[in-house]
Amino acid sequence: MIQIKNLHKSYPIGKDSLHVLKGIDLHIKEGEFVSIMGSSGSGKSTLLNIVGLLDGHDEGDYYLNGQLIENLDEKKAAILRNKFLGFVFQSFNLISYKTALENVALPLYYKGMNRKERLKIAMEYLDKVELKDWANHLPSELSGGQKQRVAIARALVTNPKVVLADEPTGALDSTTSDSVMDLLKGINNEGMTVFVITHEEEIAEQTDRIVRLKDGVIISDEVTLKKAKAV
Amino acid sequence: MFDLDRWREIFQSINKNRLRSVMSGFTVAFAILLFTLLFGIVSGLSNSFKDAFTDDAMNTMRLRVWKTSKPYKGLQTGRRIQLKNEDLSFIKKTYEDEIQHFTARIYKNVNISYKNKQDNYSLRAVHPDHQFLEKTIIDEGRYINELDLKNKSKVLVIGRLVKEDVFGNKPALGKRVNVSGISYKVIGIFSDDGGDNEERIVYMPVTTAQMIYGNNDYLDQIIVGYDPKLSLDEAIAFGNKIERDMRKKLDIHPDDQSALSIRNMAEANKGVGLFMLALYFIVIFVGSGTLIAGIIGISNIMIFVIKERTKEFGIRKALGAQPSSIIGMVVQESVLITTIAGYAGLSLGTYILSTIGDGLEDYFIKDPNVSTGIVVGATIVLIVSGLIAGYVPAKRAARIKPIVALRAD
Repeated sequence: MIQIKNLHKSYPIGKDSLHVLKGIDLHIKEGEFVSIMGSSGSGKSTLLNIVGLLDGHDEGDYYLNGQLIENLDEKKAAILRNKFLGFVFQSFNLISYKTALENVALPLYYKGMNRKERLKIAMEYLDKVELKDWANHLPSELSGGQKQRVAIARALVTNPKVVLADEPTGALDSTTSDSVMDLLKGINNEGMTVFVITHEEEIAEQTDRIVRLKDGVIISDEVTLKKAKAV
Repeated sequence: MFDLDRWREIFQSINKNRLRSVMSGFTVAFAILLFTLLFGIVSGLSNSFKDAFTDDAMNTMRLRVWKTSKPYKGLQTGRRIQLKNEDLSFIKKTYEDEIQHFTARIYKNVNISYKNKQDNYSLRAVHPDHQFLEKTIIDEGRYINELDLKNKSKVLVIGRLVKEDVFGNKPALGKRVNVSGISYKVIGIFSDDGGDNEERIVYMPVTTAQMIYGNNDYLDQIIVGYDPKLSLDEAIAFGNKIERDMRKKLDIHPDDQSALSIRNMAEANKGVGLFMLALYFIVIFVGSGTLIAGIIGISNIMIFVIKERTKEFGIRKALGAQPSSIIGMVVQESVLITTIAGYAGLSLGTYILSTIGDGLEDYFIKDPNVSTGIVVGATIVLIVSGLIAGYVPAKRAARIKPIVALRAD
């Protein structure tokens, strides 16, 4: 699903440049539940941005769903994001003046779906995250856990190939963290590829595979105990 | 291309940010309001000017003569020029095609008495066509006709105020009054839009006056009404031609301005036209200046709004919004605000103008208004303004990188 070969990325800082990713090789197959672990500055957010087509890479190859990603202009990137990727962010990133239902339906709007149909589909996904009764509430009227569940519903609504979650539990307490992770596990069980970035060991342990990143290189890539037990 | 969803998005965003939408609309509304008021006032001024010239028919010219101030063809300076019947016939014959109406005038001051009342009035001895050239309105009876001319009838058409002075509320038509010792019959009563002085006049046939006052064929003034189809420039040229011919006929030096003059309404009209044109230019200049300030204001506020909504645009892009969709949204919002605000200003302006109506007539502003053409033009200008005001901020919004926007917590 995601195949990365010898990926490099640098950011210019004044006259110098900061080499953030120094040759990453990573292969994530369809249906996997992978977490990228690393402290801040390890390059994990940069990796997510590149995988999420929010930023370009300098060197190396990136295949998304078998398609080589290169020379993307903004328009193409927008179309691919809409088609293949669903995002879940640490700070939820819901649009404050739209209701939960409208937030979930927004990616379908950019897909060009008519209003009636997209509200119907959005409602199905809200139901899936058990927030059907909150459909017409604004984000400000929801708790942190509820907001993140809305964001997950929004990430899923286009039926993407991969869900990218950037510190999905970073702003939540441990109880709600667990429920959000249960939700992600649930969608993974249904066959969705889920890609989580975190710096919390407990979160990473709930995934099937942990890739540890340090100073722009992968230092370990192992299957978790949980997964090993299941097998 | 009507995209209901796009409109829904825009209304939602405007509704969410009501204060700043109103604020940004305000500058444009104010600019259009100012423009409408200025334009209306100038049109009011223009109306007053037009009115000032509509006392008499617009397509007229008046030929008057005095004493010569230059020797010519062996004739001395100071010679008194006198218009006569033959001059009128000459003009009539020479310019038959161009002239619609013609009349002579003889001025006298007369004492009119009826029973025990008497007063002095201005008398004009005229031809029947004078009624059209002066736009005299007959209230009762009739005007002077050809038969009166032929018979040299002792008849009078008296002004409304003369009638009031002399007869009060009693009927005047058919009564006989005494003018300088001779008895005349009142055959008509008239009114005139030219003001009170024009209604303190009495008219009699030109032939009667010539017989009574000196028994000659003298005339004081010749007034002709030319074909209204002539353009202003053609009318001015026509006036110059008559002037040249008359100077030749009366042996007056071509440059002797004090011996003969033609007052051509076309020239006055042209002058007023140019003056109004200059005023309109000033209004357009001031108005567009204000509008540009309004556009810059909107553009500024939109840029600020884009900053405020950076994160929202970032989210939208992450979810698959293409740059063109972001540009379209911002521009459309800007056009919507500009158009609504502009129309609010325009409506308020036209409302104020219609309220003023004729209230400022004392200040030479009569019935100020804006024409349909101006309203249509303003609509186009507003939409274009909205496009311009929205484009720069929209470009900026489209350039927002989702990662930057999403990091901005």
